[in-house]
Amino acid sequence: MLTRRNMLKGLAGGAGAVAAASIASPAEARGNHPMPEHALGLLYDGTLCIGCRACISACKSANGMPAEHTALEIGDYWDAPLDISGQTLNVIKAFREGNALHKDQAVDGFAFTKVSCMHCNDPSCVSACPVSAMRKDPVTGIVSYDVDACIGCRYCVAACPFNIPQSTYDSPIAKISKCQLCAHRLPAGKYAACAEVCPTGATLFGPVAELQQEVARRRALTPGTKTLFPRGKIGGTDTYAGVASTYVDHTYGAKEIGGTQVLHLSGVPFELLGKPALPDESPASISESVQHAIYKHLLAPLGFLGALAVVAWRHMRPEAEPIDPTGAPPAGGEAP
Amino acid sequence: MGSLPLATPDEDLVTERRFGMKRRSFIQLCAGLAATLGFANNAVGAIFNALVDAKRPSVIWLHFQECTGCSESLLRAEHPTLEKLILDIISLDYHETLMAAAGHQAEAARLAAMAANKGKYILVVEGAIPTGANGNYCKIGGKTAIELVKECAADAAAVIAIGSCASWGGMPSTSPNPTGASPVAEILGRPVLTIPGCPPNPYNFLTTVVHYLVLGKLPELDAKGRPMFAYGRLIHENCERRAHFDAGRFATQFGDEGHRQGWCLYKLGCKGPETYGNCPSIGFGDAGTASWPVGCGHPCIGCIEQGVGFTKPIHELAKLLTVTPPTQFARPDEQQGQGSTLATVGTVAVVGGLAIGAGARLAKNLGTTADKPSTTSKPER
Repeated sequence: MLTRRNMLKGLAGGAGAVAAASIASPAEARGNHPMPEHALGLLYDGTLCIGCRACISACKSANGMPAEHTALEIGDYWDAPLDISGQTLNVIKAFREGNALHKDQAVDGFAFTKVSCMHCNDPSCVSACPVSAMRKDPVTGIVSYDVDACIGCRYCVAACPFNIPQSTYDSPIAKISKCQLCAHRLPAGKYAACAEVCPTGATLFGPVAELQQEVARRRALTPGTKTLFPRGKIGGTDTYAGVASTYVDHTYGAKEIGGTQVLHLSGVPFELLGKPALPDESPASISESVQHAIYKHLLAPLGFLGALAVVAWRHMRPEAEPIDPTGAPPAGGEAP
Repeated sequence: MGSLPLATPDEDLVTERRFGMKRRSFIQLCAGLAATLGFANNAVGAIFNALVDAKRPSVIWLHFQECTGCSESLLRAEHPTLEKLILDIISLDYHETLMAAAGHQAEAARLAAMAANKGKYILVVEGAIPTGANGNYCKIGGKTAIELVKECAADAAAVIAIGSCASWGGMPSTSPNPTGASPVAEILGRPVLTIPGCPPNPYNFLTTVVHYLVLGKLPELDAKGRPMFAYGRLIHENCERRAHFDAGRFATQFGDEGHRQGWCLYKLGCKGPETYGNCPSIGFGDAGTASWPVGCGHPCIGCIEQGVGFTKPIHELAKLLTVTPPTQFARPDEQQGQGSTLATVGTVAVVGGLAIGAGARLAKNLGTTADKPSTTSKPER
């Protein structure tokens, strides 16, 4: 039988194991995953966007997705989805304030923004995926989805800070929809359809390292000066002359949750465009550090199991001992 | 056709003699004018009567810094009756290109017409007015363009600036503008009716004149003095290639696959998205569909619009004005769905209440059955 002394010893051992595990966790935080060297991404410059929505249409045809019906107060649309969904991977939204007459102005102005996968350096969806359905390509860094591996838990939907992975809730065999940077078109020498079709180069495809240089170049320009803007993909032959705009002092995606492979430039503050303010540390690195610390060498589970065993042991009684001699007789002879 | 007069052999003769066309063709022309104005079907009769009965208004047409393209397009339009209208419906008392008179005779005709129709004649100005060097860049009959336009406008019933040059300066006013080319409104110091374009569509001018004849007033104008019936919408809005724009099908070079397929010319610098005009709706020269620049495969150069035509490079990307303000775009925080309705809340409350009640009842009954003899069990002997 368990003595008081033994029970206390057991409890102390379990507590020690848990304490050791939790002390170890800050020291072993894994940090943000770095961006792959040859990462591919997009640069979305809201000041160049004219809101033609050709990217929405091109995205749908490149990914074989149907048009979505939207009933708005001013009429019915088949080409104006309100947000990304199971059938829409990319949407252009517009911020508007006051009389909305001036482009890229916070007061009495309007501005466009793009909603699509940011292809994080350290993606939460990949971290949250219990199987290998969400993967980040080690070379291109494209975050892809494998429907055959997916178990339908939708942890990725809950994990993403940008609210990107969408489930096809209306389907009995739901799957996840998200932008995969047209990875299926890359082998044929093509690239992201949204960038390919963009008439102003507002959405630009290319290696992230070159896109970052382009961001630095644009932000260094004096507003109003004439400059050449690349169109389609960076480093190509298609360029056009345009006028440099005024940018807010922030490149969205440069540092957010450890950096993303999709970068955004804008003429109005990003909080007006519905972009969440996020810390530099990736949620995946925090949760994985905690989780990995707890489960390291199975110390915490073993400690917890030990504690449970002690409690169970403490409550054990010899089998012969009657439960309650004064209680009601056991119910018997009762057949349904 | 409303109050269209019945045809008599005499009236057939009237239209034939006066307009050089059969009555039937003349009614067709009136119907065309009514359609351009957006008038109802029964307006055809009113237009017919106005054109047949009204005293031909005197028109004085001045030419300054221009190429006479506006007059040419008016005369050379394929419609068989346009020159007849210009010469017969209105009384064109002074037009340097068309009048037979020359020299002092021409000037005398102008002064005579102005005196005879004081306060009733229509002044049409074609071409910009040079203000540089005290206006000495353009002199007619010893008078500068500035003096002429002020003199003629003083007693005019209406002043119409035809073409981009007269409307806002046009091509002559392009930087560095050594002659100081200026629009009519600037010289007169008051707004005038403008029919911009290089050249403008002749029907926009003609319809404005007919509007004046039929209703006795000028049509509704926008802030730049342009008739709303013709310049009320962006070219982009009615463009026959608009569907290609929306679907992202752009021609990227002249003669490429997209260009041969008739795709959108935005990437080639089409200024349709920032130019107001009815070019895609009515075309040019009555030569059928696609008889306008974009229809023929060349991007719109925005010849109508100040600050676009002759100012922006032809292949520079246009500003898109249709999306201002962008009503059909989702906001960043667009709300979807419509919250819970009373019926939903009620249903959920009823179902939830039933579930809780049933659970409570079940829990109350648990363990109590053991005490009672079951009704189904066999009684003990």
